[in-house]
Amino acid sequence: MALFSGPFRPLFAPPMSLDLEQIRRIARLARIAVSDEEAAATAGKLNSLLGLIEEMQAVDTSGIEPMSHAMDLVQRLREDKAVEPDRREAFQAIAPAVEDGLYLVPRVVE
Amino acid sequence: MTWEIVVGLETHTQLLTESKIFSGASTAFGAAPNTQASAVDIALPGVLPVLNAKAVEFAIRLGLAIGATIAPRSVFARKNYFYPDLPKGYQISQYELPVVQNGSLKIATEGGEKTIRILRAHLEEDAGKSLHEDFKGMSGIDLNRAGTPLLEIVTEPDMRGAKEAVAYARALHTLVRWIGICDGNMQEGSFRCDANVSVRRPGEPLGTRCEIKNLNSFRFMEQAIEYEARRQVELIEDGGKVVQETRLYDPDRNETRSMRSKEDAQDYRYFPDPDLLPLVIAAAEVERVRATLPELPQAKKERFVGQFGLTPYDAELLTGARESADYFESLVRESGAEAKLCANWQNGELAAALNRDGLEIARSPVPAPSLGALVKRIADGTISGKIAKEVFEAMWRGEGSPDAIIEARGLKQISDSGAIEKLVDEVLAANAKQVEDYRAGKEKAFNSLVGQVMKATKGKANPGQVNEILKKKLAG
Repeated sequence: MALFSGPFRPLFAPPMSLDLEQIRRIARLARIAVSDEEAAATAGKLNSLLGLIEEMQAVDTSGIEPMSHAMDLVQRLREDKAVEPDRREAFQAIAPAVEDGLYLVPRVVE
Repeated sequence: MTWEIVVGLETHTQLLTESKIFSGASTAFGAAPNTQASAVDIALPGVLPVLNAKAVEFAIRLGLAIGATIAPRSVFARKNYFYPDLPKGYQISQYELPVVQNGSLKIATEGGEKTIRILRAHLEEDAGKSLHEDFKGMSGIDLNRAGTPLLEIVTEPDMRGAKEAVAYARALHTLVRWIGICDGNMQEGSFRCDANVSVRRPGEPLGTRCEIKNLNSFRFMEQAIEYEARRQVELIEDGGKVVQETRLYDPDRNETRSMRSKEDAQDYRYFPDPDLLPLVIAAAEVERVRATLPELPQAKKERFVGQFGLTPYDAELLTGARESADYFESLVRESGAEAKLCANWQNGELAAALNRDGLEIARSPVPAPSLGALVKRIADGTISGKIAKEVFEAMWRGEGSPDAIIEARGLKQISDSGAIEKLVDEVLAANAKQVEDYRAGKEKAFNSLVGQVMKATKGKANPGQVNEILKKKLAG
């Protein structure tokens, strides 16, 4: 069973083994801080997972229609009506910082 | 040796729905920050997106209008990246199975009509807005725009140069407004283009491209593409290499500059969104939508040329917007006059006046039936075209119907040949030199004499008749 079909670009090309540089890149993409020691440990864990995926990829899936969802149902649609009330006050009550109705976040500069 | 500029465009069109693509929050522009951001839009835990039927219908409309395949089954995917105005940490988009596939759009170029292939159009949600003004050293986030439905329309690299890119963007801009799926407001960001630009020697494979963002007017698009192509050519001619990257256009300096460093090379790790089931569109639904489509700009343009005998140029101008084409058809009907005369008036006097006062044709102080009544009076010989311009200005100022203005100002054309003959005799008597010149073969003298007669009648004489009578008298 192919969970992802088509041209999805695999993050890891076979043979499936991640080096430390790739671990750091994945961590950066996921915005997770990983120290050098953690990186080595993480590589071991991820590589054992990749072994499992490798086994699955060995299954012959030719002739099987690609699947894009676990349930064999189709998307239901919603009528185009603006029905949501303004709940800003309630939502912002749990925000760490707000001003003039805006959520404040650490400054992002391109 | 010459260089060829190759352009592909990606256009984000904001769909004219009342609510968001996956929530029931309003999409109205200009509300106070975060008052139109629901639990789904701000990505509170445990919420589920539910797809807006209207957004799907609008995607089908666009697909049909560009002769594309409407995918019977399409899939939503998560595009993963981190930015504070994207609270989920991913944007719901479509990746390998978009809803619209393989269409095309015809554009007018200097070398004639050209077909631009449209690879795909997919539904996705917009992000919020980040405000970087100083909030105690922090950024402010407004999520009102988060979840607004977008249709991203992607071409093949079929355009050669900035002018063709702009012609395509204009044609698409006309089309999306024409079929009522987008208001086309570029200032408010409802129609945003990114251009993929590369250069090559003619006949060679495609060069490395750069993507230019922030093209929020047609003028900026042309300038940005021209600048970027020149930059790439100079780089290559100096022995350098173009690096694939995203660049931002700065209209103040008229230049593009690198936006993201190579280190942060995009890796969106798309995968199907488990929160959304596949979108299935039945053939019957496609046919239902097809039945609601108006006559499209291209078909109308061809009909204006075929049925009315207009030039492609006139037809192109008249079909620049649906309101304009509707105005024209009404004008022809109301005036009962030749279409060419109607086109000249709409594309000439009317367009100039609208332009001068910064008005849309739908808000013209002179609506089609009124202009029709005026053109009718030109066609039936009541007034000359020149006098009609004076009447038109009066109509524009709200002085009444053309007939009332003609009557009140005594502008009726003098078609009484006896009266004209008398005037001609007077003019000939007073201009013996010109008469001599004309008889000596100076054609210009004739025009001067016509001018004198017209002047004597304050432009009210029928110019055709004046010509005829003058010629007769001069010959005799």
